[in-house]
Amino acid sequence: MRLVLGSFFAFLVAAVLGLGATWLALSKGTAFGAVTIGAWTAFPKNGTTEIDPYSRAFIARTGELPVGSGDGIAFLARADDQGRPFDGRCEFVVSGTTPPARFWTLTLYDPDGRLVANSLSRYGFTSQEIVRRSNGSFDIMVAPRARPGNWLPTAGVEHYVLVLRLYDSPVGVATRTGREASMPAISQGQCP
Amino acid sequence: MIRLLLWLLGGILLGGVVHLASVLALPRTASQDAYSRLSPITPVNAFAALPVPSPDSAMLPFMDPAFAVAVCRYDVTNAPVKVTSPVGQAYTSISFYTRFGIAYYAINDRAAGRRVIELDLMTAQQRNALPEDEEVTAADRLIVESPTPTGLVVLRVLSPEPGAMPLARGIVAAANCQPNPGS
Repeated sequence: MRLVLGSFFAFLVAAVLGLGATWLALSKGTAFGAVTIGAWTAFPKNGTTEIDPYSRAFIARTGELPVGSGDGIAFLARADDQGRPFDGRCEFVVSGTTPPARFWTLTLYDPDGRLVANSLSRYGFTSQEIVRRSNGSFDIMVAPRARPGNWLPTAGVEHYVLVLRLYDSPVGVATRTGREASMPAISQGQCP
Repeated sequence: MIRLLLWLLGGILLGGVVHLASVLALPRTASQDAYSRLSPITPVNAFAALPVPSPDSAMLPFMDPAFAVAVCRYDVTNAPVKVTSPVGQAYTSISFYTRFGIAYYAINDRAAGRRVIELDLMTAQQRNALPEDEEVTAADRLIVESPTPTGLVVLRVLSPEPGAMPLARGIVAAANCQPNPGS
């Protein structure tokens, strides 16, 4: 009787701990092989066959297809350089320059990866659409209401993420620091 | 008391095993992975253009809305598959994923270095079965080895501004993915 109760107890602990840890790891996302530059994080190995088991399980659950390393690399940001999380009711400014790449795109998604509806049907910019200064740097205003220049509408949603994808870029698995890849800065502007 | 602690310890150790096993097993049991999501609208060994993602509908999460995309759900069990695509004016890439979503190969228009990207997709056995001399004459042929008999070929053509999307979708529509027993 003791044996039955004891093993039942052990199996219960194992199931709760094991599945709980799996659920936690997959809902929080994983941090293996992450390259973080400023507010931006990329997982270059996710575009290769060396993708770790946690990321494999994660993408199997979300259904996304990672950008292949021969294609490009995707950097994701959830907060500005000071760590303030993006809020669609505030203004955030993405400014500076991007690492070398033939093309890049900046896209705004909700945390689940859906595009955010807005009156302009503008979900992002490509490197060719951006208005730049004469030195090549740019400002992209991510804001709920119209701004002059490069305005990316948030439609006032509470949470969103920005994804900067560099296509045909030397940035990749070998990149470690911001010195090799100068990512644009993100700062908070007006906030009601 | 000691007995209870021992059972607890055993449970914790077993929990670690359960955790690792469930993480490793998850890709094989996931019913909402990219392959399963795309299966209803993609025939086998033919390109199908995906609708442009919108806030209300997207085939997959985190799709880049600046691209026209077509997917070929391939099966090279019986014969290699030939993938051909014209390239867009801006940027074109072809990525290969296994049945479980691992990106094992990707190439862009510049790396392919020609006006039409042409790739032969096959298993390792099919590649080994290629006649030796043919491998030499076809030195400039791009051969991609698929680690799994099934998977996804994803063609992406960039539309650098919204007005160029019809053009990009036209290029995607001209791409080809079909079994090629002769190769």
